[in-house]
Amino acid sequence: MDTETIFLIIMAVLGGISMFFMLIGVIGLHRFPDVYTRLHAATKATTFGSIFLILVVITYGIFKLTEGNGETSGAFMHLIGMSIVALLALLITNPTGAHAIARAARRSGVKPEQAVVDEFEEVD
Amino acid sequence: MTFGPTELLLIGIAVLSAGIILALLRLFLGPTAPDRVVALDTVNTIVVGLMVAFAAYFQEVVFVDIAVVYALLSFGATMFIARYMERSKETGGVN
Amino acid sequence: MLTFFMTFIGVLILYLLMVLGSGNGETMGYLFHWQELVAGVILSLIAAAITRAMFGKAVNNKLFFRFPLFLAYIPVWFLYLTKANIEVAIMVITGNIRPGIVKINPGLKTNLGKTILANSITLTPGTLTVDLSENSDDMYIHWINVKETKTMDEKIKGVCGPFAKWARRLAE
Repeated sequence: MDTETIFLIIMAVLGGISMFFMLIGVIGLHRFPDVYTRLHAATKATTFGSIFLILVVITYGIFKLTEGNGETSGAFMHLIGMSIVALLALLITNPTGAHAIARAARRSGVKPEQAVVDEFEEVD
Repeated sequence: MTFGPTELLLIGIAVLSAGIILALLRLFLGPTAPDRVVALDTVNTIVVGLMVAFAAYFQEVVFVDIAVVYALLSFGATMFIARYMERSKETGGVN
Repeated sequence: MLTFFMTFIGVLILYLLMVLGSGNGETMGYLFHWQELVAGVILSLIAAAITRAMFGKAVNNKLFFRFPLFLAYIPVWFLYLTKANIEVAIMVITGNIRPGIVKINPGLKTNLGKTILANSITLTPGTLTVDLSENSDDMYIHWINVKETKTMDEKIKGVCGPFAKWARRLAE
């Protein structure tokens, strides 16, 4: 097996996991009954999918670096570095945004559907 | 045509685009305003991932620079809309 | 001073990640250009000077020496993230849910601890932070698969898993 095949297999596995969870998140938007359960699907699954998608891109950058050619290697290093920064930005902003939406929804009076328990008290 | 890492990225880009269309469907259907914001947030996350994948596919590093800025700006937009929904209760609501 | 130093290091690492690959193939290969390093140090000093007042209250000496614990926290967090996603995938496919909003009091006092706990449990099995009470330390959590619990301790354990302990260890 040459280097390209090995990198291709690694990328295919990581990319498969990423695409599966991205699609689970989007399908969850249609399968779940109300805004809170939809937030569960959207936030968790797409964040997890993004982690693996960026791992795919980093693997691709490393593959291009191993191919040599000094002139373009700076561009691929930049791709890897900025991908890590993009991942950090997503990991911090996604749960915070989900929390903001859930809080706004509950305070504007959207009740959770099919709820077995609701201990939320109105605070004004 | 040989199947290499570049073609694999193209398949990923196609799947993510289909995901964006499905999420946009929820954006149009969504019965309440928070539902639409959740769909918008999902679209934003997928667009950031898509931009990083495009940067690798076209080998244009500037795309991933934009992706970081887009992630932070979309977070600001989500916070702003959430804040607006929270206060709109007194003024009659947006639902 | 310690806050200044930590912010400086953090901003410098972020800057170096962003300019990775700027070299011209001479002194440091293609990794960094020396001009970028000089600009990075100057900009990090300016950023640290501006944000010192902001982070001054959140970071203190006690927390600085717990910094290695964050590295130990990452694998635990990732393991639970994986578990949570598999659970969500099963729920999306089968549609078996039992949602509800519960109120817990994890006994965290500092803002940093609450932030860590809230963001961690948003990404881990079946829980989503809805609101924090401004007067007390209560947290309102949307739980997608509510289990019957009797005492508050059982409820905290069911909602937070190991994260209440970790947040206390990291931030208090």
